[in-house]
Amino acid sequence: MTRPDTGEGTTPRTWRKPPFIANPLLRYGLLAVVAVYLVWALGTLPFNWERIGEGLPRAARIFGGGFPPSFSRFDLLLTGFTESLQIAILATLLGVLLSIPFAVMAARNVAPLPVYLLGRAVIIVSRSFHPVIVAILFVAAVGFGPLAGILTLTLYSIGFVGKLLAEEIEEIDWGQVEAMRATGAGYLATLYYAVFPQILPRQVGLSMYQLDSNLRASAVVGIVGAGGIGSTLMNAFGRYDYDFAFAILLVIIAVILVSEGVSGWVRKKIW
Amino acid sequence: MLEISNLVKRYGQDEPVLKGLDLAVDGNSVVAIVGASGAGKSTMLRCINRLVEPTSGSIRLNGTELVNLRHRDLRRARRKIGMVFQGFNLIDRLTVMENVLAGRLGYVSLFQAVSRRYPQEDIERAFVLMERVGIAHYANKRADELSGGERQRVGVVRALMQEPEVLLADEPTASLDPRTSEQIMVLLQSLASELSLPVLINIHNVAQARSYTDRIVGLRHGTMIFDGAPADFDKEALDAIYGGIESPEDEAIPPQAGPGKRESEVRHDST
Repeated sequence: MTRPDTGEGTTPRTWRKPPFIANPLLRYGLLAVVAVYLVWALGTLPFNWERIGEGLPRAARIFGGGFPPSFSRFDLLLTGFTESLQIAILATLLGVLLSIPFAVMAARNVAPLPVYLLGRAVIIVSRSFHPVIVAILFVAAVGFGPLAGILTLTLYSIGFVGKLLAEEIEEIDWGQVEAMRATGAGYLATLYYAVFPQILPRQVGLSMYQLDSNLRASAVVGIVGAGGIGSTLMNAFGRYDYDFAFAILLVIIAVILVSEGVSGWVRKKIW
Repeated sequence: MLEISNLVKRYGQDEPVLKGLDLAVDGNSVVAIVGASGAGKSTMLRCINRLVEPTSGSIRLNGTELVNLRHRDLRRARRKIGMVFQGFNLIDRLTVMENVLAGRLGYVSLFQAVSRRYPQEDIERAFVLMERVGIAHYANKRADELSGGERQRVGVVRALMQEPEVLLADEPTASLDPRTSEQIMVLLQSLASELSLPVLINIHNVAQARSYTDRIVGLRHGTMIFDGAPADFDKEALDAIYGGIESPEDEAIPPQAGPGKRESEVRHDST
């Protein structure tokens, strides 16, 4: 190929990346707004620098106390973790199973309008509170212990898995549904044959992800009294057993890493 | 005997897609329905098994009025109407056998369908039909592993599993290469006479309509403007159906002309 002869003898042409926001007024306006906000927020929030200064040595003392982490009360650690694991697995199973009917209800293409609104409402309500807030409510309702944790995480799973699954159902290939209807299949048979096989890989992936996330959350909801390792951790802090608390934190990190690895591997395999 | 009289379909307040269609098909005749895109071919076919709700008119299959059937009666009527789709509409993640047996969903109970405990005679029928079209050795393969022609055979067998009294084919060959689409047309033609089954085929390929069917019905803007033997379907009829619409000849030219045209395009690109 020969070089195009335009550009020789004329002025060299330049090029710049077009700005991300085309309108210059908007571009510089946004920058100015961000700057003003930062000045205002930092100026008005009550940072008490004196107390922060006092707190730093205290933080150092806590971390210092955490070294070396102590695994001397290993049985306590194990009990806490077993309970967390039980809470997470049970809640995932319950949540994933219950999320299927709610997802079907909340999918506009397979549910009539009133059912759809009900399904959406259930999902929105169970998604609107952080698990910790839900756990506080359940602890108040059913008392301290793993039951509150299971109920909390079940609700959390229904909200999350149900919402994503409903969106998946809304995006299925409708031709398969038409084909099943054309054979004279009833509503449930159509769901089983035309809808569920299409959302199955997504469902398995979501379940693995949810197990992962419930394991994490079970440690957090334990702190407000819903059983598991979170309760053990809270007690350790309450008794200034920083070395034991630090050991718990390390094990939590290890367990999360392992569960993340396993769930990633399973999701890749199942696709 | 399928009798359609004064069939009207109107979406919302737009101009009707079908404007008072009359059509009677009896015995084992293969009827081709031709017409440009948007002429109402697909809507007409879908009105017959009520995948599309007719606005008014009457459709009778062997004496049963289909237009105002509801729920259970509608599902029972649909069992008698087999349908083959352009996009095959197989359940991709299920096996060929499960897809074929899905044709019995209108007959078996939900428990039988979900647990795959189909009656012995259904399984036998499935094997006989699969052997007839040459896909029996794929019984346990996943449907999405098959080639286009094989998948459409599965689609045909699924429709025949219904023991239909009429077979509807909505552009069954449009997603296939020329050779495979000829094979599917031959298959539909011979099945119609073997099972003495009336077959309605929506088709874009006028050459195939001429050679493989007993009767051609031409639609334009929702009204029937041709109804006669393939021998009578001449240039004049073709113009009446496709006239004023870009290059209808593309549909009519034999498949051999395809590759030659593509070669010339490639050459044009490389210069």
